[in-house]
Amino acid sequence: MRAAVIVFPGSNCDRDMAVALRAAGADVSMVWHKDASLPDGVDLVAVPGGFSFGDYLRCGAIAAQSPICKAVVAHANRGGYVLGVCNGFQVLTETGLLPGALMRNANLKFICKTVDLKVETSASAFTEGYNAGDLVGYPVAHHDGNYTVDDATLATLTSEDRIAFSYGDNPNGSVADIAGVLSENRRVLGMMPHPERAVDEGHGGTDGQALFRGLVGQFAQA
Amino acid sequence: MKARVHVMLKNGVLDPQGEAVRHALGSLGFDGVEGVRQGKVIELDLADGTSEATIGEMCEKLLANTVIESYRVEVL
Repeated sequence: MRAAVIVFPGSNCDRDMAVALRAAGADVSMVWHKDASLPDGVDLVAVPGGFSFGDYLRCGAIAAQSPICKAVVAHANRGGYVLGVCNGFQVLTETGLLPGALMRNANLKFICKTVDLKVETSASAFTEGYNAGDLVGYPVAHHDGNYTVDDATLATLTSEDRIAFSYGDNPNGSVADIAGVLSENRRVLGMMPHPERAVDEGHGGTDGQALFRGLVGQFAQA
Repeated sequence: MKARVHVMLKNGVLDPQGEAVRHALGSLGFDGVEGVRQGKVIELDLADGTSEATIGEMCEKLLANTVIESYRVEVL
């Protein structure tokens, strides 16, 4: 599997993401935000966490207008896979690839801790390594992770089984405890918690490995 | 020409920062502050003749996230 990790000024989880993908067997290239195209043959684009463009205007808003994001949107529209974590999730909502928006945490605090998550669906390349209902621990580290979506869209997300992960103990005020959502074609996942920070014993947990192995394994079978 | 864009959270979207400001005003002894909504003001220095439609497009594409925010343009 060929993966590209996008790097914006202010990204800080790009290398962790690359390490997690490589450990799962992916061939990873780092792609700078000013590039207008992705490397040939990329199967997965990972939009990493961090504080792209200093979170100016709104988290992810400036990054979503960068040249590479046009290529990422085109990749997704062709049916390519995209994983956005933390700031990457914010970027994906700002591009319109995923519904909703991430607002300031309800308690106004920056939250940095490992949280319990429930895998809501195993029906996606990202979550097929888990069973629906599994509890996993991933770290969160964000100030703006309060997922907001209107009632009609929430009903659609629920009926189409597009909520990928939910919080056990909602840390940030997200609607319906949502921690991660899938696109309509189930090939774009955005989530606030960091699976790439839970792939090595040194991280304190390896619950994130199944996400990367499942994703990369999808292509090994094909 | 100049234009001023006011960006506010839509009605019905909870504004935790506004709520925190309201509490702080209460603790300073200002009674009767029933609600606070916090937004942004963006001033644009524009080429003469820029149409309101163009400014509207700037708001839709970048300055506001219309999923959660509304905006108002004031041409100065």
